Amino acid sequence: MHSDPAEVQKSVRTYMMVFGALLVCTVLTVAANEMHLMVPLAITIALVIAGVKGSMVASVFMHLSHEKKAIYAALLLTVVFFLVLLFIPMLSMADHIGVPIGMAR
Amino acid sequence: MQIPYTVEARPDTGLTNGKLGIWLFLASEVMLFGALFSAYILLRVGAPEWPHGELSIKLGAINTVILISSSVTMVMAWASLKMNNWGRHRLYLLLTFLLSATFLVNKYFEYREHLEAGQGPWHSTFFAIYFTLTGLHGLHILGGMVVMLYFLGPGAKMWKTSPEQFTNRIETTGLYWHFVDLVWIFLFPVLYLL
Repeated sequence: MHSDPAEVQKSVRTYMMVFGALLVCTVLTVAANEMHLMVPLAITIALVIAGVKGSMVASVFMHLSHEKKAIYAALLLTVVFFLVLLFIPMLSMADHIGVPIGMAR
Repeated sequence: MQIPYTVEARPDTGLTNGKLGIWLFLASEVMLFGALFSAYILLRVGAPEWPHGELSIKLGAINTVILISSSVTMVMAWASLKMNNWGRHRLYLLLTFLLSATFLVNKYFEYREHLEAGQGPWHSTFFAIYFTLTGLHGLHILGGMVVMLYFLGPGAKMWKTSPEQFTNRIETTGLYWHFVDLVWIFLFPVLYLL
């Protein structure tokens, strides 16, 4: 986080550039949707653009590009548990307990 | 008794207590929304078919632009304090508040349209997860608005007694607000487009 007013003044320009980039990305998301692409491709494109937008918000507006180690450590742990949380229900697909032999997916 | 480390950083973390606190809170929020996104994936993967075009992309896109704009005005409210410009800070904070109110008004019209068409959370799995995710997000918007209203009103007095602490409070509010924006950035394509 910048504490010097002159540094903050410089950051304002970056904020405006990111604002513009976020608007462009939003237009791109809607435009990609209008192209009626195959579902897997549409999902990939939409999530990649959302990822780019999210990264810009986190790194510039939330100042994550220059933060203290304690915050990075907490966020790293969060990302690990987030991914576990996101994908652990998928394990239920591999759970064949109680399913007769030959009927398992 | 004075709350320690509100202005100066703790020697061990290099952060003020408020900043570390809000980041830990945001980490818990990631898990909360993560659980719901996980539920969405599971429901969608398990559904024989998933509806498309049920929501107004135009309204969703407008709300995306509104929230992005509110993130910019929020960061500018903080930057203005850093540059010692109280008037600009008030203007940007008020703009952020108004933009968030506009977001909720749009959401109200969107909800009303669906409810009048009988498309409530009971209608289908899609609308159940749609109302759950956007409803929880809307509550977060409302929470942020309450905090902003406090800093526009009685909370603003602190600027005169402890400007640095006030600036840190606005930064903390901003971090929460950007997170709410970030969640919407993912909600929009997931619910409205895919």
